[in-house]
Amino acid sequence: MINLAARDILHGWGKFVFTGVGLGLLIGVTLSMAGIYRGLVDDGQALLAIGGADLWVVQRDTLGPYAEPSSVRDDAYRALLAVPGVAEAGNVTYLTMQIQHDAGEVRVMLVGIEPGHPGEPGYLVAGRPITRSHYEAIADVRSGLRLGERIRIRRHEYTVVGLTRRMVSSGGDPMIFVPLKDAQEVQFLKDNDALVNERARTAANPEFNRPGVPGLLEAVQASQSNSHSVNVVLLRLAPSADEMKVADQIRRWKHLEAYTRSDMNEILVAKLIDTSARQIFMFLVILSIVSAAIVAFIIYTMTLNKVREIAVLKLIGARNSTIAGMILQQALGLGAIGFIVGRTAATMWAPIFPKYVLLLPGDAVRGALLVLAICALASVVAIRAALRVDPAAAIGG
Amino acid sequence: MNLRPGRKAALGAVGIGVALLLAWLVTSQGPLASTKVTVAKVERGTLTASTFGIGTVEARRAYALGPTVASRVLRVLVDQGDAVKAGQLLAELDPVDLTDRVTSAQLAAERATSAIRAAQAQLDEARSRSRTARVSAERSVELRAKGFISQEAVEAKAYEATASDAAADAAAAQLAVAVRDRERALSDVSGAGKLRAQARLVSPVDGIVTSRLVESGTTVVAGQAVLQVIDPASLWIRARIDQGHAGGVRVGQPVEIALRSDQKRTYRGQVQRVDWVSDAVTEERIVNVGFAARPEAASVGELVEVTIGIDQLVNARSVPTAAVKRINRQDGVWRVRQERAMFQPVKVGITTLDGRSQILDGLEDGDEVAVHSDRALQPDATVKVVSALVGSAP
Repeated sequence: MINLAARDILHGWGKFVFTGVGLGLLIGVTLSMAGIYRGLVDDGQALLAIGGADLWVVQRDTLGPYAEPSSVRDDAYRALLAVPGVAEAGNVTYLTMQIQHDAGEVRVMLVGIEPGHPGEPGYLVAGRPITRSHYEAIADVRSGLRLGERIRIRRHEYTVVGLTRRMVSSGGDPMIFVPLKDAQEVQFLKDNDALVNERARTAANPEFNRPGVPGLLEAVQASQSNSHSVNVVLLRLAPSADEMKVADQIRRWKHLEAYTRSDMNEILVAKLIDTSARQIFMFLVILSIVSAAIVAFIIYTMTLNKVREIAVLKLIGARNSTIAGMILQQALGLGAIGFIVGRTAATMWAPIFPKYVLLLPGDAVRGALLVLAICALASVVAIRAALRVDPAAAIGG
Repeated sequence: MNLRPGRKAALGAVGIGVALLLAWLVTSQGPLASTKVTVAKVERGTLTASTFGIGTVEARRAYALGPTVASRVLRVLVDQGDAVKAGQLLAELDPVDLTDRVTSAQLAAERATSAIRAAQAQLDEARSRSRTARVSAERSVELRAKGFISQEAVEAKAYEATASDAAADAAAAQLAVAVRDRERALSDVSGAGKLRAQARLVSPVDGIVTSRLVESGTTVVAGQAVLQVIDPASLWIRARIDQGHAGGVRVGQPVEIALRSDQKRTYRGQVQRVDWVSDAVTEERIVNVGFAARPEAASVGELVEVTIGIDQLVNARSVPTAAVKRINRQDGVWRVRQERAMFQPVKVGITTLDGRSQILDGLEDGDEVAVHSDRALQPDATVKVVSALVGSAP
């Protein structure tokens, strides 16, 4: 039995392969879109995975450090450590800011951590952890910073001592980890001009600058310039502790809000990146429809180009199933080539994207099945047209 | 299929290529891909345990000069930055009536001196009268024995003698009062004089004027500083060390100091005092560090970084700190065996500032541990050892 599809493809294999590659690039774009969506979700989850926290304790009635601003006193951790079930606590601050680097600016998320406590990056790809309590930084490789480089953040210079990977904010900005006290200074202390202005303003206020009360002005000014706040306290629980119970305890008695990992996941994925995720999903749907339409067109034109040959086949007595099989096989072959090319292309260009593109094998399998289903469906139109061909067309026309 | 051999070969090659591509995709990109790690051997060597802190340059001996009573500043003779000698007059306060009070006290003292003389004369007179009366009384007793005078006359003479004795005592007391009065007047003179001396602000040491806080004509309250003088030889650093790292800090340990204004140079110093009281809010220990040689560049209030050498461990076993991970409250390292990751709990000793952690227990010399990885390691994950994960800085 001669395989008609293979023979036909070999007859004009160049055209067939090129059509497949073209289709593949389109599928690659579709897969990348899916990858961008997965990457968005994964960025959110990477953010939660950093530091290995079980509970996020934030200011009451706020949605935590990622979705809303939150401010907690930095000595709250002592009270939290006393809650039964809490094993470790770490103060963390987050601040999205621009830093100067290589004559340009990089948008980064500055994270203040206490080395050795929850909140510090889980692994490094180069360098060492922070060992000094000031002026050292660990940067995500995406920030473009290199080991040993000195960067200026507000009024101090920091040395990059370690590099890490996939430590990004929910918006995909690379993180820079610095010691907590430095980060507090960056976030809550004003710049020098503002400090001087503020001092002058306080000195001009007769309430604070009273004659006959030496030291009052200095005391007021000192109280204005220190900061003891953090954005979140990350808690790690004892293995036996029930996170819901501990969270309830904290809400009830410490007057702070506590979120478990699933709560935070909900906030990050369902609330924060929901709109962009839906946007990308719309693109995905449109691209799928366009791909299906293009496959259908290609198969249809390929079939129409062969009207005469099909008529001849019919004339020599080929069965309808043989002709339908030939078209279906060609369509599926086109789909297979397209998928492989698309998947490879997506893998190749994924690292160039400014945002993280996560290509899941599960998505690839689903994509492959979808592509083959679309191809099969698209071939139906062509098969119908082929079956309607009048055998007389082989002689006439 | 009766294909031409060339076509067949080409198709076969394409098929193999596609299969290889797929295999590459599955093994290098998906979750089946192995985690790339770098490894390091456990090494023996000298580890320097040190701790790091930041602080400010301060004057150990700083003097705030001001009046002891509310007064007005008459004149200020020095300005900020002036070098002054011990005893030098720096500022003067308006003495108002202090000079008059000194004069008044002196006059009172002179009056008291005159009063002493008068009292002395009165005492002399009373004594002389007393002597005469006593002699006369004795004689009258003899005359009575011979029967020349009456008993009544004898008693009158005895009374006269007792009364003149009492008068002499009174005069002596008057004299003592006058002497005390004079002493009091002299004390008043010296007190008012001291008060007047307080109105002159003199430098207690050879030093530098660091601030001139008020100008002449200003009224200041008791205790308010007019000038501040520091002893430049007493410059030291008030450093704050995180409580978690301050355990080993002791007086006498060597310190490396970097000044903000002169970052390239390192100055030597020594821990001179470790405060008994920590800052409870910032959770930092206050440590004072003295300079071995006072840097010319240092200014009071300047930010400095101090690195305190706490201990030297000779022949200690260590791994890079990046290799030490904390999983389920247990310190450990990832070891690589037959391309699989395995968590090995260890006991960690000191951690040096350049990123080496002492291993007390759990590893032997020459053991290999994973240092860096391109994602978080899981037990039994397949790993691939590479020399570096990211390119180093150019």
